[in-house]
Amino acid sequence: MSSDSEITPSRRGALKCLAFGGAGTLFALTGGILAPIDLALAASKKSALAGTPLFLQISDTHIGFNKDANPDVAGTLKQTIDFVNAMPTKPALTIHTGDITHLSKPDEFDTASQLLAGLDITELHTVPGEHDVTDGIGTEYFNRFGQASANKGYYSFDHNGVHFIALVNVMNFKPNGLGAFGDDQLAWLEQDLKNRSASTPIVVFAHMPMWTIYEPWGWGTGDADQATSYLRRFGSVTVLNGHIHQIVQKVEGNITFHTARSTAYPQPTAGDGPGPGPLKVPSDQLARMLGITSIKISAHPSSAVLTDTTLG
Amino acid sequence: MLTKNFGRKFIDAFAVTAMLAVASAAGTGAAQGQQANAVVMKNFDFAPMSITVKAGASVTWKNLDGEPHTVTSVDGLFRSGALDQNDTYTFKFDKPGTYKYLCSIHPRMMASVIVQ
Repeated sequence: MSSDSEITPSRRGALKCLAFGGAGTLFALTGGILAPIDLALAASKKSALAGTPLFLQISDTHIGFNKDANPDVAGTLKQTIDFVNAMPTKPALTIHTGDITHLSKPDEFDTASQLLAGLDITELHTVPGEHDVTDGIGTEYFNRFGQASANKGYYSFDHNGVHFIALVNVMNFKPNGLGAFGDDQLAWLEQDLKNRSASTPIVVFAHMPMWTIYEPWGWGTGDADQATSYLRRFGSVTVLNGHIHQIVQKVEGNITFHTARSTAYPQPTAGDGPGPGPLKVPSDQLARMLGITSIKISAHPSSAVLTDTTLG
Repeated sequence: MLTKNFGRKFIDAFAVTAMLAVASAAGTGAAQGQQANAVVMKNFDFAPMSITVKAGASVTWKNLDGEPHTVTSVDGLFRSGALDQNDTYTFKFDKPGTYKYLCSIHPRMMASVIVQ
């Protein structure tokens, strides 16, 4: 199942709502705005969306998880990859918004790497989730993905006129239980954006939501306001997160916030139960709660289309 | 038409690297005889949230949740790594003091060990 949402400036005001979904998201940058595209739709050739998706977002693959909520997370990731490989036009790059593994173990990273190498999209950019760095700074995650950032974890790059910024908000926890960037990273971000034209489309990705969705479960980033203050002057900003294993979206000015589904298992909606653990659903419903996002961004007129696609 | 304009090929990072050490602190079952100083993680909380032990004693944590947790000291003194369901971790406290720790996966889970 797939669902498109084209976010144009005229629709932004109407999008202050929550949307819940399942599997993965494909993002297309059309006219400067990103849009997620439901993958099933993208793969079906029935998509009426103009242009080629710019990139794909995969999140929360949790390789190593083996409990009832999904005993075969490698299988559902493989299914996701097959889905993407069947798309008639593929984006040039993939972004993984963290929790690649469940327990930060070497063999989990190996399995994830072997599976993700099966993607027909060869360029992969990552940020760590808190499950990837339980062993601390400079270990498994950084051994494999640290070179992009000199082991800092955060970095930026440009692709097709879009400026991408990868941030880390899972290693600097504050007593309030929310994620945090920390002063060094915020200073770097300010510098990174300083001399850029406000017309440059910006894509920011980090694991934990960059707005407070539910504080009691730590679903937010304590110093995110500082980061968004540097982003407000830009005409098109898309903030992509994972962590909560479900789609929640918010639009604030020119900034669109969007969380992706997991490819591994769903989590309860905010506040439903003792904590944000795996949600067991009947097996015939699982595929509908897993997925990815694809994004199109177009410059003229500025718009982003995010398409969320589920595995079933 | 998209142009490829990237300086890094992150796929390189996916080359399977031979891992040197598989030294996970999880499950170090040392000090099995000291279950008196036991803390469990259950329903996204440490219980008890404060435990008092004598200097030189060990504390053993056990995760009862289906979701992994960690025992990560705020000042960096000890770090369990991810503990899956029923995994344990033990740390020996040599010096008196109050040691705050949290779960680095669910940081609202905070507790402390008081060493006398």
